[in-house]
Amino acid sequence: MSNPEITPEVIAKHGITPEEFERIQKILGRDPNFTELGVFSVMWSEHCSYKNSKPELRKFPTTGERVLVKAGEENAGVIDIGDGWAIAFKIESHNHPSAVEPFQGAATGVGGIIRDIFTMGARPVFSMNSLRFGSIEGDSDAAKTNRRLFAGVVAGISHYGNCIGIPTIGGEVYFDDSYAGNPLVNVMCLGVLRHEQIARGAASGIGNPVFYVGAETGRDGLAGAAFASRELTEESKEDRPAVQVGDPFREKLLLEACLELLASGCVAGIQDMGAAGLTCSTCETASRGGTGVEIDVNLVPKREVGMTPYEILLSESQERMLVIVHKGQEATVREIFEKWDLPYAEVGTVKDDGKMRVMEGDRVAVEIPASKLADDAPIYNREVAPKKVAVPLSVDSVPEGDAGEILPALLADPSIASKRWVWRQYDHMVRLGATVLPGSDAAVFIVREAGKILAATTDCNAIYCLLDPREGGKIAVAEAARNLACSGAVPLAVTDNLNFGNPHKPENFLQLREAVEGLAEACRFFGTPVTGGNVSLYNESPAGAIDPTPTVGMVGIIERPECVMTQGFRGAGDAIYLLGEVLDGACASSGLGGSHYLKRVYGKKEGTPPRLDMGTEKRLHDLLRELIGGGFVKSAHDCAEGGLAVALAESCLSSGKDGCGHLGASVKIEGAGRADVLLFNEAQSRVVVSVESGKEKEFLAAVSRAGYPVSRLGEVAPTGRLSISVGEKEWQWSLADLEFAWGGAIGRLMA
Amino acid sequence: MRFAVIRFPGSNCDQDCVLALESFEGVEASYVWHKDESLEGFDAVVLPGGFSYGDYLRCGAIARFSPIMKAVRGAAADGKLVIGICNGFQILCESRLLPGALIRNRDLHFLCRHVFMRVESAESSFTGAGEKGAVWNIPIAHGEGAYCAAPEVLEEIEKRGQVLLRYCGAGGEVGEETNPNGSVGNIAGIRNLEGNVFGLMPHPERACEAGLGSTDGRFIFQSMIQAFRKTGATKTGEEAA
Repeated sequence: MSNPEITPEVIAKHGITPEEFERIQKILGRDPNFTELGVFSVMWSEHCSYKNSKPELRKFPTTGERVLVKAGEENAGVIDIGDGWAIAFKIESHNHPSAVEPFQGAATGVGGIIRDIFTMGARPVFSMNSLRFGSIEGDSDAAKTNRRLFAGVVAGISHYGNCIGIPTIGGEVYFDDSYAGNPLVNVMCLGVLRHEQIARGAASGIGNPVFYVGAETGRDGLAGAAFASRELTEESKEDRPAVQVGDPFREKLLLEACLELLASGCVAGIQDMGAAGLTCSTCETASRGGTGVEIDVNLVPKREVGMTPYEILLSESQERMLVIVHKGQEATVREIFEKWDLPYAEVGTVKDDGKMRVMEGDRVAVEIPASKLADDAPIYNREVAPKKVAVPLSVDSVPEGDAGEILPALLADPSIASKRWVWRQYDHMVRLGATVLPGSDAAVFIVREAGKILAATTDCNAIYCLLDPREGGKIAVAEAARNLACSGAVPLAVTDNLNFGNPHKPENFLQLREAVEGLAEACRFFGTPVTGGNVSLYNESPAGAIDPTPTVGMVGIIERPECVMTQGFRGAGDAIYLLGEVLDGACASSGLGGSHYLKRVYGKKEGTPPRLDMGTEKRLHDLLRELIGGGFVKSAHDCAEGGLAVALAESCLSSGKDGCGHLGASVKIEGAGRADVLLFNEAQSRVVVSVESGKEKEFLAAVSRAGYPVSRLGEVAPTGRLSISVGEKEWQWSLADLEFAWGGAIGRLMA
Repeated sequence: MRFAVIRFPGSNCDQDCVLALESFEGVEASYVWHKDESLEGFDAVVLPGGFSYGDYLRCGAIARFSPIMKAVRGAAADGKLVIGICNGFQILCESRLLPGALIRNRDLHFLCRHVFMRVESAESSFTGAGEKGAVWNIPIAHGEGAYCAAPEVLEEIEKRGQVLLRYCGAGGEVGEETNPNGSVGNIAGIRNLEGNVFGLMPHPERACEAGLGSTDGRFIFQSMIQAFRKTGATKTGEEAA
């Protein structure tokens, strides 16, 4: 079959610039053929090469005493958790596929991240996700579309994760119109392994056979990586063939077979076929191994007839892996893959010439120096817009609202409301690890094989990032660390998913740079190296760029089972304390800037985000762990969106089993100023805790040793009511009403 | 007592079942691969949850034809205890070892949550360690768990006391509000006429330790162990001899 001619139009259609084409000519010493052009276009897409973000990513701290495999070295970073055990974890986006086909887009996102984890030799033990959609409220066409996307994405994650038997134990969902038409679907997976089980994605050992294992290659997902690196337009629906179809059952077989294969000791190198499929896996393994790889596309198991080398190389069919096997041990592969009824084929050999060579029988279809293709993508320093200074918000510009109405309204805001409708669709209990059910500050999971308790959270307040990307980035890390501390955990490391708009627009690139620098600074401060992650640029719809969303996935470890802490109140009569200030007097926008109160009630995303003092924040985390370890607190919940009042309500509403509340509270807030500001400001570094009445003395002694601000707010009550008084004013809400607002909001909207 | 935990390629609660079973004294649990054809030497069989063969068709529709199911039918015919949990229940129904079928949940969503169920009879090998009328808290996790059967079949299984567990509220009340998935008659678990085959949608293996929120699942495994020690032990002993 002959290749189409290379014309400027063909080059442009592949998203290759004239300068990039010259670079390709230089590398090859000739013009590329059509197939080679396709190979370069996917490998040099932002999704695979990070060509627009690499200089920024280098700012992240990536080392630490627990780091066993660093960011960028392999498919996922690996962190030591002690006693010879390690964890591999990573977050990845599937935003664009999910915008076009939410169910399969999200499902294959889950499949892809799971492969990234078991490629490392780790057994995946849990997943999480961080989702963003446009508003799902109202009867507009946009709201209907957003509901369809939301329902489809949740069903897709549920379908894939539940079938493969990896629990989805937590995450976050936010709704904002900046995501209308361009939802964010970031999925995270974590696996465990012994140190000696770390598998490498390098093609080592000249003469070793190269096996293709897993599902047959079809025409689905052609050039999905390039698709993911473009803005979404009205015509994106025509890109539907670029969305792959997932088969979680196949992946389950592949997972078990690969882990069995790795345990057999016959594997020299292993790499999943994710974005850019066979292309990426062959050239990356060769590049990492400093070797060459030659494969013959005629030997690749195919689902359809008449596929060209171009299609075979660029297909993003799911559930496939490339395995380099020690010569002489081919029979082991055969045995294991036949046991699991999976296709496999020996498709090539490791060579010493540094080339990625693709044969079609006797004909050379592609011959490219592997390392140049994998590592020499152009790197762009994009134009950066001048920094904007966020304007603080004056409290006087915000009319005083009535707390009696605001609290239920905030609780029913889909971004704050209980995500029960979501997580009940996920099997979060399989593998018997979820000792804390979803809905608390962090997910807590017992890893039985390792005898360890892990906590994990995903966080990002994108409104803060919109107003001040640097501060927003810092707060995302601080909040993640705070959520872990509230659960009794010490943070270990971070994976991040940088979701931004088109980097060619200087204001978007400024957001990326500022956010990365904020994240990097906070990760350094909290001692949590970045072990990898994903960059998703071009998140724009016809209406404009999304709010910058650098999602932080943070994993921590809990030393003892007694240190596992949850957010719900646990006993009537327990004292309720606030660690931190009711109002941060030093905050330029009094904690109202970028608050959900401002957004929900006044429809505004304005002001400066709350002030974060990282030193104070760190002291809070250490104090929390001390209080939890000492058995002085019975619940801990951080104040986030909606401020102190929402945190108190959530602690009441989470006081029962299965996320339903039965314990009320009676609290009195002391502080100068307006009640709405005191109750709903989002000042940082604050946690609501409850303390058994007999332990208040010891509790207060520990807090005072730490020199941390604290105030006694009131008591947990058996009354089924939450009552809050500020100065002369007092409000009462029945828990049933609050539960109706908070617990049922999303279900009612989605019914 | 030796339990066989059947491992279909898409089983995913197999390890959880082994872990739960081995927390009982004197219990040994081993995996049996779906391509195997014998269950010799085992005293009881567990068909665990999961997605046996992907279940893109009807849940359990393909598993019914797998080599090991012949042996499971044989074990059931021999009077050995067979329990099907979630996907295992679906497979037992598809295999006609239990009457009725499991269809998509009422609201069409997969549903994973703790639910309550009432013990309808303690006169069985699967509930004997509990008490009639007791309310157990055991989680469910399924997309196709709404039990249904033809009216005459239903009448029959109700009449003969084959319904062992019914979804209910915390106080034991049975009604539409306490029915999580639309099962007819709030049915959560049924036994066969002979009383040695039991299928249920709830996951007892997920409710065997306090750290996971409930230990009520232990009643079910404990009942099987008690039943075996009372009668099965002699029987298997004779067979072995």
